[in-house]
Formats: sequence, C-alpha cells, structure tokens
Amino acid sequence: MTMQEHEAVALDTAAVPSEAAIARPLGLWLDRRRLLIGAAVIAGLMAPLVVANFTIFQLTMVMIYGLAILGLNLLTGFNGQFSLGHSAFYGIGAYTAAILMSGSAELSYYWTLPCAGAVCFVVGILLGLPALRLQGLYLALATFALAVALPQLLKSHVLEGLTGGVQGIVIDKPDPPLGLPINADQWLYYFTLAVLLVMFAAAAGLVRSRTGRAIMAIRDHPIAASAMGINTARYKTLTFGVSALYTGVAGALGAIVVQFVAPDSFSFLLSVNFLVGLIVGGIGSIPGSLFGGVFVLFVPNIAEKVSTGLSGAVYGIILLLLIFLMPSGAAGFVRRTAAWLARLRHTSTRGGA
Amino acid sequence: MEQLLQQVMAGLATGAIYATMALAVVMVYQAIDHLNFAQGELATFSTFLAWQMIEWGWSYWAAFAMTVAISFVIGIAIDRVLFRPVRNAPILSQLVAFIALFSILNSSDGEIWNFTIKTFPTPFGTKPLFGSGLISTHQAGMVAVTLVMLALLYLFFRGSRLGLAMRAAAANPEAARLVGIRVGWMIALGWGLSTAIGAVAGMLIAPIVFLDPNMMLGVLLYGFAGAVLGGLSSPGGAVFGGFAVGIIENLAGTFIPFVGQELKLTVALIVIVAVLMVRPAGIFGQVAVSRV
Amino acid sequence: MMLEVRGLCAFYGQSQALYGLDFTLAEGGIVTLLGANGAGKTTTLRALCGMVRMTGEIHFEGKPITGRATEDIVRLGIAHVPEARGTFVRMTVEENLRLGAMTRRDHSAIAADIDEVYSVFPRLRERRKQQAGTLSGGEQQMLAVGRGLMLRPRMMLLDEPSFGLAPLIVAELFGILRRLNRERKVAMLIVEQNAALALDLADEAYLLETGRIVMAGPAPEIAKDEAVRRSYLGY
Repeated sequence: MTMQEHEAVALDTAAVPSEAAIARPLGLWLDRRRLLIGAAVIAGLMAPLVVANFTIFQLTMVMIYGLAILGLNLLTGFNGQFSLGHSAFYGIGAYTAAILMSGSAELSYYWTLPCAGAVCFVVGILLGLPALRLQGLYLALATFALAVALPQLLKSHVLEGLTGGVQGIVIDKPDPPLGLPINADQWLYYFTLAVLLVMFAAAAGLVRSRTGRAIMAIRDHPIAASAMGINTARYKTLTFGVSALYTGVAGALGAIVVQFVAPDSFSFLLSVNFLVGLIVGGIGSIPGSLFGGVFVLFVPNIAEKVSTGLSGAVYGIILLLLIFLMPSGAAGFVRRTAAWLARLRHTSTRGGA
Repeated sequence: MEQLLQQVMAGLATGAIYATMALAVVMVYQAIDHLNFAQGELATFSTFLAWQMIEWGWSYWAAFAMTVAISFVIGIAIDRVLFRPVRNAPILSQLVAFIALFSILNSSDGEIWNFTIKTFPTPFGTKPLFGSGLISTHQAGMVAVTLVMLALLYLFFRGSRLGLAMRAAAANPEAARLVGIRVGWMIALGWGLSTAIGAVAGMLIAPIVFLDPNMMLGVLLYGFAGAVLGGLSSPGGAVFGGFAVGIIENLAGTFIPFVGQELKLTVALIVIVAVLMVRPAGIFGQVAVSRV
Repeated sequence: MMLEVRGLCAFYGQSQALYGLDFTLAEGGIVTLLGANGAGKTTTLRALCGMVRMTGEIHFEGKPITGRATEDIVRLGIAHVPEARGTFVRMTVEENLRLGAMTRRDHSAIAADIDEVYSVFPRLRERRKQQAGTLSGGEQQMLAVGRGLMLRPRMMLLDEPSFGLAPLIVAELFGILRRLNRERKVAMLIVEQNAALALDLADEAYLLETGRIVMAGPAPEIAKDEAVRRSYLGY
C-alpha cells in the first residue's frame, strides 16, 4: 500500500472513539495537532493580560469545570462506569479546601489541592468497591444517591460545626506570591492553568499507558478483558479513585476561586451539568473535556440572554441541536471533519496523479 | 404502636404516589431499556393541561379523560420525533436528549402557567377514611386507582395480542422483527402508555403536593428508587417498590433520631442501594442472563 | 423462481463481508449454503432480511425486496430461524409460538396450527407452559422452527439448525425439515457448517469462502467433488 492509502485506512479507523483518543503517529495529522495545542497554550497564557477581571474569572472557571469533567470522563468515558455523583466529589474537594483554609489548620491554598485530591481519592476507592456489584443503570442510581445525599449531609446538624451548615464557609482570596506584577484574579488564572496542564498531561499519559488500555478494554469488553488476565476489580476501583481525585482537585480550585462554599451549590444539578459537558465535549476525548467546560459555563448564560423566562427551554433546544448535529460530541465532530477534509485532499491529489 | 401504624399508613399513602410514578417508569423502561428522566416533567405538563381544562369549565372526569388521551398522543409523538433519530446514538447522547426534554418542559411550564402554586381538585374528597385518622379518602382513592391501573396493565400485557407483541419487542427486538412485529411502533406505544400513566400519577398527586412546575422533581426520584427496588422488569414489583419506599422514608424520618426531615431521601436511597447490592436486579426483578 | 439474488454485497460498517453473490432458490426447493466459519453464510441470510447494509438485487416471488424493513420482509411470507434461535426466553413455549403467528389475521386457524406444530414436535407439547429459556438446545431449535412455521411461510431461512445439537436430535430435525418441505412445499435456504447433512437434504448447494461463491451445483455433485470432500466432508 502506498503512503496515501495507509493514511486513508488509518483515517477511516480514526473515527472509532477509543482508538482516536490515543493520538496515533499519522504524519501530517499529529503535527497539526501539536501545532494546535501549542497555539492554544500560548493563547491561554496571553489571555488574562488582555481581558477584564470578570472574564478572567470566567475563563478560570472554564478550566476548573474542564478539569472536573475530565475526572468524570476518566470514569465514564474511558472506563464505562456511569456516574451521576460527581457533584459530590467536587463538593467534597471544595469543602476540604475551605475547611483546611479557614479552620484551625489555616493551610495555604496550594496545599489544599493535594489534600482535597487525597481525600477524594480515598472516597472514590471506597465507593468504587461496592460499585463493582452494580451495573449501568443501577450504578447511576447509586451515584445519584450520593449526589443527593451530600448537600443534605452538609446541611445537617450533625456536621454543622465543621461545615458551617446552610451558610457555608467564606474564604479569603489568596494574593499573588512575592509581589508579581499581576492582580489576584490573574494569579489564580495562571495557577489554575498550571494545575490544568499538569493534570491533563497526566491523564493523557495514563490513557496512553498499559493501564489506560486496560481501563478502556474493561469498558469495551469486560468479560474478554478479565479473560485476558486484567484484574477488572482493581482497575475499576482505581479508576473510581483517580476520577474522584481529579474532580476533587477541581472542586478545591473552585472553592478558592469563588471564595465561598455552600451546600446547595453542590446539588445533583451540578452532576447533570458535568454529564452534559462530558457528552457535548466528547466521551473519551481529553481535550473535549475542556470544551465541555466552556459549554457548561457559557451556554446557560447564552440561553438566559435569548429569553429570561424560557431560558431552560432554549438551553434544552441547544442541547438537542448539538446531539443531532454532533452525536459524538465536539471532539467527534472535529475528528470527523478533519477526516473528511483529509479525504477530500486525498482524493484530489489522487485524481491529479 | 399507634404511631408505628400511623406512620406505616402515612407511608403507604405517600407510597401510592411513588408507586404510580414507578409504574410509569417501568412501562417506558420495558419499551426502551432506559429510564425516562423527563417522565416527571411530562406528568407535570399533563397535569397543567388538566388544570387548564378545569379552569375553562370542564368537569373533572372530562378533563381527566381528555388529558390521558392527549398525554398518550404526546408520548408517541415525542418518541417518533425526538428519540427515534437518536436511538442508535451512544447511550449517553440519548441521556442528553432526556435532559433537554426535561429542561424544555420545566421551563415551558413555568412560562405558560407561572410558578405560583395552584390547587388541584380531587374526585375522592379529603375527609378521613372511615372517620379514622390514618388515611384520607383521597389517599385511599390514590391507592385504589394505582391498583386498578396495575390490574388493567397486567390484563393487557398477559392477555392481549398487542401486549404480547410489546413484551416481545422489549425482550428481544431482533427476534421480534423476525416475526413481523413493528418494533419501532411498539416502542412508541410504550412511550404513549407511560406518558398516560404519568398523567394519571400527576393528577392524583397534585391535590396533595399542589401544582407547580417543580412538583414532580422529588416524586420522580422516589419513583425511580421504587422501580429499581422492586425490579425494573416487573410492573408489580415497581408498585411494591414504590409503596416500600414511601414506608421506609416515613419510618426512617420518624424513628431514626438524626435523620429528621433533611435526610429522609438520603436514607431511602441508601436502603435501595443496599438492597441492590444483595439483589442487583431488584427484589422482584429477573436477572437478565446475557450470553457471551 | 422463489428467490433470485444477484450481485449481493454486504457490509458491516466499513468492512465488506459479501462480494457479489448470485444464487437462486426454486419454488418448493431446498438450497444449502456451505462454508467454514466467517465465510459469510449468516451474513447472507441477514442481508436477505434487511438486517445488514447491502447492495445488489433480491427478488422474492418476482418482486424486489431490497431496502425494506425486516418486519415487512417477514410479512411477505419469509420465516427466518436465526443463528441464536431468537427464543423469547422469558415467555412460555406457547407464547413463543403465538408470536410466530403475530402477523396473521386468521385467528381461528392459529390454534389449529399450534396443534399441528405440537404434532410435528411432540416434545414441545409437553413443555407448552414452560418458560422457553429452560428448554434444552435441541428443544429450543425445534421451537424456533415451529415458530417459523406459524407464519405459514412460503420460504424458510435456517441458520445453522444443527449447531450445538446432539447427532440424534439433528437427524430427527432434518427428517422433519424434509417432511415439511415435501408436504407443505415450503422452500428452504439452509446455511450449514455440517456439510454432509446439508448436502443430503438439499437439491442445490453453494460453497462460500470469505464472502464469495466458489462452487455451485446440484447437491449430489457437490458432495462428490474431491476438494469439497477433503475440506468439508472429511474424507
């Protein structure tokens, strides 16, 4: 087969989600991808220097939601375990950060991230174990129970001393370190960006590794996977933990940036938002998670601008349009468009020769 | 002891609501193998339609019958227009369709009929049943209607040709096609039935919880819980599960000290999850054996 | 000609499984499609019923049936007994049979037909109220054939009817198929891995290899062919 035919065959199979998530060395395609990522990172670095404070705040939140959605993606997109409970991990991470920063510990904000991650990792593992017995729908229900339980627990008298009950906890905004010539909002943006890049890179590395392949094998063919010697239980539980860790760290960042945690911010509706963001961004696509973050932050606002009374209806219609036009989410859409463009180029060069 | 009995009866009464909802949930689950997350909103919408007809002067039973009929048609329409095109999309994309439907209906209800609470009449009266303080006539009426619906559905599915076809289409769509069953229409029928049942549930529940666009949110969750507890493959089980959830919720709220009103739903859900650990298909559910 | 197939190609997603098949089935005749695993035999039957993406021409009783939905093709009088038998496991044997007659309007005749199926397959009568999933493999196969018969088909497609069955049962089943073909003039297209059995029953045979017909002819001749004997008949 000629080089072009190789490319054509590879591009055909690139339409399959689980494989395309791992970037294949495809010559032209990979270089373009690296270029795009590089451009995005540069744009990301420049952004806070040129826009207003509130927009910086929004962009920071986009990254935070993107990270939270990536956590969900690891569990649902890559490992096939449904979760409607990620609002709970986000909330636990947020409250961990808030409690550590405001209580007697008075920890610096950057230490709260690993703490929140660790706490959520443990909770994730603890949940992952019983989750092994539940499939699909039933797992969704169990995680849903978790999502509903958390705000109620946070509000209850039992934990009020720690959580501040209905009123929640207020946090001070951290200052930029050592007198850098940027304001607090910009500093938080860069801090979040750094965390984001590290964690996204780690996730990409995980997905490409043997562990990642095992995780995806479990999603696609659990029986075959265990027949091949993959310890399904261990990987599934581990994924639960890692997924919770990611969303928990996002929650901690969220608490720091918003400077406030209250029980009702972490309701079941947040879980739904994460799920929508995941699907719109593209299941099994790491960059798609960031797009999901964009969607979750901006589209409800747009819907409200179109019509205040019917904002929910507009939001619903936008969602419907998206799944009809992009059933595999934004990432799938990008992939398919790129493949289609490449095919066009391929056939025209072939015709010329 | 008196209090225990009272709470059990009260639990049965609220359980009737959940049982009706659970029945609607199982109905559509049988047809499409998913939970219909917009079920509650559809029921609310139907109840608003009924309310509007009554406002326009229709008699209760005329409005009731018309609402059930319209809801049936709406259910079929939603399936054919909205869900048939995404039937082959990944399951999570279908979930988005449900979420979208939920959003649209909830928002539209609010816009058309606003958010002030409305009262909804009951044909059963609200006096205490037989003069005792345990359960009101309306609540007894709810239980009765739920049981009657269950009986009718049982007869339909076990005794009629169409019912058999629907069961076959849900059990094994490919084999069903091979005997000439139009599976697509069977699914639409399942949707229609489920929406109609949801409408009945809404009209029964509204007199108690009062009608507003968010009426069904909590109820739907309990309905799911009841359906899953009883077993998604068993309509009778779902009804049982609904009643059970009502009783568990009430007893937990009354008798377990730290639960109180706040954690009632949590406790109910935890119980359900615990049951699922032991019996993953629900109490009366049949475990689907899948061949490798 | 009951069935005429020309240039049949079938696709699973992007990959092609059948590469231009041509075959026919005469009225009241029996044709067998032979081949090893993965040759495309099941795909052929599925393509005939509109269950996979296909191109080509298919004419049933002179009318084209390509592009139609499976349930509409079935309603033309074609019964398909699928590879996995398609038993409705949670329903009783009797309900399974009643389902076979789902598209018929003549309600009074259905009960009589069920009785006839029981007389052809006495074992099913004993188990009529049992859940179909509890039947043995052989009994489920008989149930699947019986269900196909309830359609009063003019043509039956059978996908590996001998699969997983004990030799004695298979002999019984094939004897019944021969009887049905003779007495009711039901044309049959049988896909089989068990070449000896199929060649004994059929009038015509086609040999499939990786999606192409490599040999065609009257069954006795194919049975005598040297290459076929070595590869498929084991002697």
